[in-house]
Amino acid sequence: METEKHHIVPYRVYVYILIALVVMTFMSIGITKINLGAYSVLGAMIFATVKSVLVLTWFMHLKFDQPLLRFMVGFVVLLFFAVIFITFLDYYFR
Amino acid sequence: MQTATHPSNEVSYLDYKGKYKGIFGWIFSTDHKRIGLLYMYSMLVMFVVGVGLGLAMKLELIAPGKTIMDPGTYNAVFTVHGVIMIFMIVIPGLPAVFGNFFLPIMIGAKDVSFPKLNLLSWYFYVAGALLVISSVLFGNGTPDTGWTFYAPYSFKSGTNLLPAIFGAFVLGFSSILTGLNFIVTIHRMRAPGMTWFKMPLFPWSLYGTAWIQLLATPVVGITLVLVALERIFNIGVFDPALGGDPILYQHLFWIYSHPAVYVMILPAMGAISEIIPTFSQKHIFGYRAIIASTLAIAFVGYFVWGHHMFTSGMSGTAQYTFSILTFIVAIPSAIKVFNWISTMHKGSINPEAPFLWAVSFIFVFMIGGFSGLVLGALAANVHVHDTAFVVAHFHFIVFGGVGFAFFGAIHYWFPKMFGRMYDKVWAKVGWAFFTVGFLTLYSPMFYLGMMGMPRRYYDYLPEFHAANILSSLGSWVMTFGLLIVVINLFRSAKNGPIAEMNPWNSKTLEWTVPSPPPLENFDEIPVYGEKDGPYEY
Ligand code: HEM
Ligand SMILES: [Cu+2]
Repeated sequence: METEKHHIVPYRVYVYILIALVVMTFMSIGITKINLGAYSVLGAMIFATVKSVLVLTWFMHLKFDQPLLRFMVGFVVLLFFAVIFITFLDYYFR
Repeated sequence: MQTATHPSNEVSYLDYKGKYKGIFGWIFSTDHKRIGLLYMYSMLVMFVVGVGLGLAMKLELIAPGKTIMDPGTYNAVFTVHGVIMIFMIVIPGLPAVFGNFFLPIMIGAKDVSFPKLNLLSWYFYVAGALLVISSVLFGNGTPDTGWTFYAPYSFKSGTNLLPAIFGAFVLGFSSILTGLNFIVTIHRMRAPGMTWFKMPLFPWSLYGTAWIQLLATPVVGITLVLVALERIFNIGVFDPALGGDPILYQHLFWIYSHPAVYVMILPAMGAISEIIPTFSQKHIFGYRAIIASTLAIAFVGYFVWGHHMFTSGMSGTAQYTFSILTFIVAIPSAIKVFNWISTMHKGSINPEAPFLWAVSFIFVFMIGGFSGLVLGALAANVHVHDTAFVVAHFHFIVFGGVGFAFFGAIHYWFPKMFGRMYDKVWAKVGWAFFTVGFLTLYSPMFYLGMMGMPRRYYDYLPEFHAANILSSLGSWVMTFGLLIVVINLFRSAKNGPIAEMNPWNSKTLEWTVPSPPPLENFDEIPVYGEKDGPYEY
């Protein structure tokens, strides 16, 4: 529990991340102008993933918290990918 | 030892007078025990409605052709019956009632981590229930899609679906918040010395369940939102006419709803794992194996949803993958059954009502589980899918599993919750009627399904008549047993003889506090020593 105290993140960092999030939001809109065909979903997913990582690590303090919490989040992400993978066993082989 | 460190600990949680009087002392209370009872009473109300609808369906099916209702009404009745029973009874089920009441006491805490959030989840429960009821009372026609809300019918049906869908969505929030609360409580609030592997099995099962509630429920939430959008704006996610994919709906729905069946059954198994050692007066057999199987069920349960979709037109690759995974998930369930049986072996059995419910749980759960394997086998499934066989399967598992475990749990914990003992003879009589009625009601459906009687029809061919009569008779016997059980408990909560602190000689922490427990459960947080454990007989 000691690790989660005494971590004051300077406001500057929060502002940078906020800017990054806003920029990426516009980029994910912008990318819809380019026709990527089947990969357009992939594009949107990449932006969404990067944004969630930023929010989780800094805004939600995962970076400074117990390793257990990082493990939990990682586990959930893996679960999520497994579910997507299995779903595509249907769509890809239909 | 001091006496009552906190003035509120001198009286029981039932007699405690807080800021609010009368009913407000309940609906504004953040005491986990009172919230557990709030859930129990509101579930009881909905359960009465659900049972009434079930009896009406069985009466309709007592003879071919129209008996008491027309086809449209029948469709509405099984829909509302399903929505109530699944979303308002068995999903909140044991966690909302016994989890709220006993999780903190069993791990030696004064309350859950977030008591206000806990009360909020009950508000969500009530709001969701009212929304669903409003879809029955107002608008043009009661929803008739079945509890599964399958696309494309769910956005084509002219009936009043939106409030029902929104109600299920809100009920989901109740479930998510409960799950979140329990995870944090178990991580943060275990008594000093109670390591993970000294925690009783009911809290362990709640832990596995909580992760499913937290992670799977949002999926059905967003799916229901998509159906609503589809209905209102024709966006075309599921509508084939607009380029959508109706099978995607089934994927999304079952990605939640299969794990949800483990939300129902895991806590039931947890309660059984408390009852069996107590009434065998023996250490639970394979404590760690039971924990491992709980976590394995919770985990593998995420990957088998497609076994509800074998005939939907999904790819062959997906079909056999799901079939194999389904067979794997049966293994941890079997492990638990072996552990319970081995616990009873050479124990000193005390056949009180909770024990009778527990052994009959094992019996009906096994029939349900084996029929699940029939359904999980690809070729057999094509034959019995969407027949009465499926209805028999899930009633054996859901009603047999969760229902029997719930009644076992209430008879086990009743003296702690209300400080009084029920009439033990009537409890056993009620159990006997219920069990015989249950088996008479649902067993014929296995036969009917295999002979080809489809589910969700108000009518059937003449050759199915005999078995249907038997089944309808069973529904009356079972309801009679249910009445005995409920009346006995209600009367005893008021007038029963005062119960001892630990009438069954159990070893878990909830039996070390007074019956009924005081507001903050413990005067002093207990400390678990090296040699202490939940099952040291
Ligand atoms: C050995 C474990 C189990 C296996 C192999 C299994 C397998 C299956 C399969 C393959 C189906 C789909 C049948 C069809 O529609 O064609 C099914 C339906 C169902 N199962 Fe199970 N199951 C198991 C345990 C459970 C448990 C533990 C529960 C709940 C506590 C449950 C609840 C249900 C429900 C509610 C349905 C019907 C859904 C509907 O269409 O309305 N099952 N099961
Ligand atoms: Cu399933």
